[in-house]
Amino acid sequence: MLWIGRAVLGVVVATALSAGAMAQQTVKIGAIYPLSGNAASAGNYSKAAIELGVDIVNNAHPDLKDLPLAATQGLPGLNGAKIEVVFADNQGTPAAGQNQALRLITEEKVVALLGAYQSGITVTASAMAERHGIPFVTPESVAANLTERGFKWFFRTTPVAGDIAKAYVEFLKQRKTAGAKVETVAIVNENTEYGTSIASVVKDEATKGGFNVALVIPYPANTTDVQPQVLQLKEKNPDVVVFVSYTSDAILYAKTMKDLNYKPAILIADNAGFNDPSFVKTSGALVEGLINRSSFAAGKPGSVSAIINDMFKKKTGVDLDDPSGRGLQGFLTLAEAINRAGSTDPAKIQAALRATDLKANQVVTGYNGVKFDEKGQNTLGSSLLTQMQGGAYVPVWPADKASGEIKLPYKGW
Amino acid sequence: MSLTLLQVIVSGLLLGAVYALFASGLTLIWGMMNVVNFAHGDFVMLAMYAAFVVWTAFGGGPAASVPIAAMLLATVGVLSYFLLVRHIMRGPMLAQILGTFGLALFLRYSAFWLFGSDFRTLPDTILGAPFEFWGLRVDAPRLLAGAIGLLVILGLHLILTRTSLGSKMLAVSEDAVAAQIVGIRPEYMQAAAWALAAGATGIAGALIATFFYTSPTVGETLAIIAFVTVSLGGFGSVPGALVAGLLIGVVESVSAYVIGPVYKDVIVYILFVLVLWFRPQGLMGKA
Repeated sequence: MLWIGRAVLGVVVATALSAGAMAQQTVKIGAIYPLSGNAASAGNYSKAAIELGVDIVNNAHPDLKDLPLAATQGLPGLNGAKIEVVFADNQGTPAAGQNQALRLITEEKVVALLGAYQSGITVTASAMAERHGIPFVTPESVAANLTERGFKWFFRTTPVAGDIAKAYVEFLKQRKTAGAKVETVAIVNENTEYGTSIASVVKDEATKGGFNVALVIPYPANTTDVQPQVLQLKEKNPDVVVFVSYTSDAILYAKTMKDLNYKPAILIADNAGFNDPSFVKTSGALVEGLINRSSFAAGKPGSVSAIINDMFKKKTGVDLDDPSGRGLQGFLTLAEAINRAGSTDPAKIQAALRATDLKANQVVTGYNGVKFDEKGQNTLGSSLLTQMQGGAYVPVWPADKASGEIKLPYKGW
Repeated sequence: MSLTLLQVIVSGLLLGAVYALFASGLTLIWGMMNVVNFAHGDFVMLAMYAAFVVWTAFGGGPAASVPIAAMLLATVGVLSYFLLVRHIMRGPMLAQILGTFGLALFLRYSAFWLFGSDFRTLPDTILGAPFEFWGLRVDAPRLLAGAIGLLVILGLHLILTRTSLGSKMLAVSEDAVAAQIVGIRPEYMQAAAWALAAGATGIAGALIATFFYTSPTVGETLAIIAFVTVSLGGFGSVPGALVAGLLIGVVESVSAYVIGPVYKDVIVYILFVLVLWFRPQGLMGKA
């Protein structure tokens, strides 16, 4: 019987050794996204964008040489180690997001986390990372309070709700100066972390900017019917309507506004559901003239963003949307920090993230760069406004970043 | 009464008719077999995808997709009965609940695998533009869904109360052994009930797809309200589902408009609890 014991021991030792050798060659990052549940559509596009990022880092892409890690294979700072991203499904619920964070940290032994699309889920998942001392990078969650919790392991590359609200209000002021009737504003928001946060800062900024916020309608996300909200808007008839919604509700609003023949003069939709490629496909033709915000825009042919957009289109069949583009930037930022850390020790990655200093030409989104403040917020994030024109979003504001003319009033269908 | 409020009520009635249509298949299974079909919402989801496939494959509208979805779902219903439900009915109540819940997850994740996670919609012109009368706007697909919903519910009610098939199904549901003694085969009747209920669900799904988005999880979104409708209307009562569906639709719309959308569910559930407090068997259920 002794030989059996030895054989088993031998196999175990061999496995352990090879596992050790493997660990040298791959760096595991966890990514928590809504891969099922109601935001699955958006989540799976983000996943595709991050997979594209893994390809960019792990394989040589000389045509993208401005991007850190693109020209080389793997992470030079870690002897060419490859990055492996372990995806986890948050199912659209904060509880599942938290459980998956715990599983990725304790069982998959990831060195850092990325995620989690919905702000309300980033809250719980990042709390788990904070407790275990693992860096958490959110590329797309914008709720203001995420970086106000005093967390030491939390980093955010996307611009935050307040900046976005300022952009909207600045845009509206310019319209007013140009002579348009822009006085009353209504906000319709889903009532989780994301919608509530955006609604409250938009309300504050608009009031400060001299507008009358006549109506704020919070509604339960993922609802079966939005007719009463649209009828309420129709009755109050504000000059500007701001929607803050995930995909399922965004589709219902687009359809219902047509059914009930409602068009405000200016319709602003805050990203999220309205940027989901499946929203653009199903409802783009119903919301001509809708104003949206974006950080990613595919630039001129041959530019880094255009090449990346082509790669994404080849992979998925659709243009790279803004949340997924920001997802990709979050991943690339994290990968660059791990490479600079030259280590898989979470504390060293955290220190490297703090020292991140990416320039505007080193990022795929339209940010002025990536540099974190003491709260972990990127201070160089920026947004531009886009408009739905002929079934696609075109950058229209501010003028120096625009590639198309603003066409108002809102046309709809 | 303001015109807008009237419009809100009309919208609520149209919504309610759809809820009723959605719930009728569920209440039938409940009434006939004392089985809660947790896969009901996912049956509707399947029918919605059927309508989507019929449209993308050969441009067919509801005239083609409704009968196809009805037949497809009737088949799925019979298969579910013979392959799953018949077996779990012998087990404890918990096995039944978990069994149909498992079926729900199986269907939902099969849809993710087959169709991906993208949202789909049918073209909004599939039934023509919304029309107006007396200043009220009515969306054609919703009106059609509501009208056919009423017909389906009436049809189910007549089948159950006026035909020999209905009497046999009722006999089996009341006392399977006694029914067997007089020559009725319980399994056939139960399979027929599943075919009928799932077929009605197929009609509901194909119609809902004309004005709602389709995604693998859409059944989950719609199913909760179906369970509330069925319990409010009375377990197993098809006319009850109709009354409850309309009631919920109007209460939801009016409270969302008057108080705010965040509170509409609170109002619906308060109504729900109050009705069950005084009538535990539901509005039209048998005590």
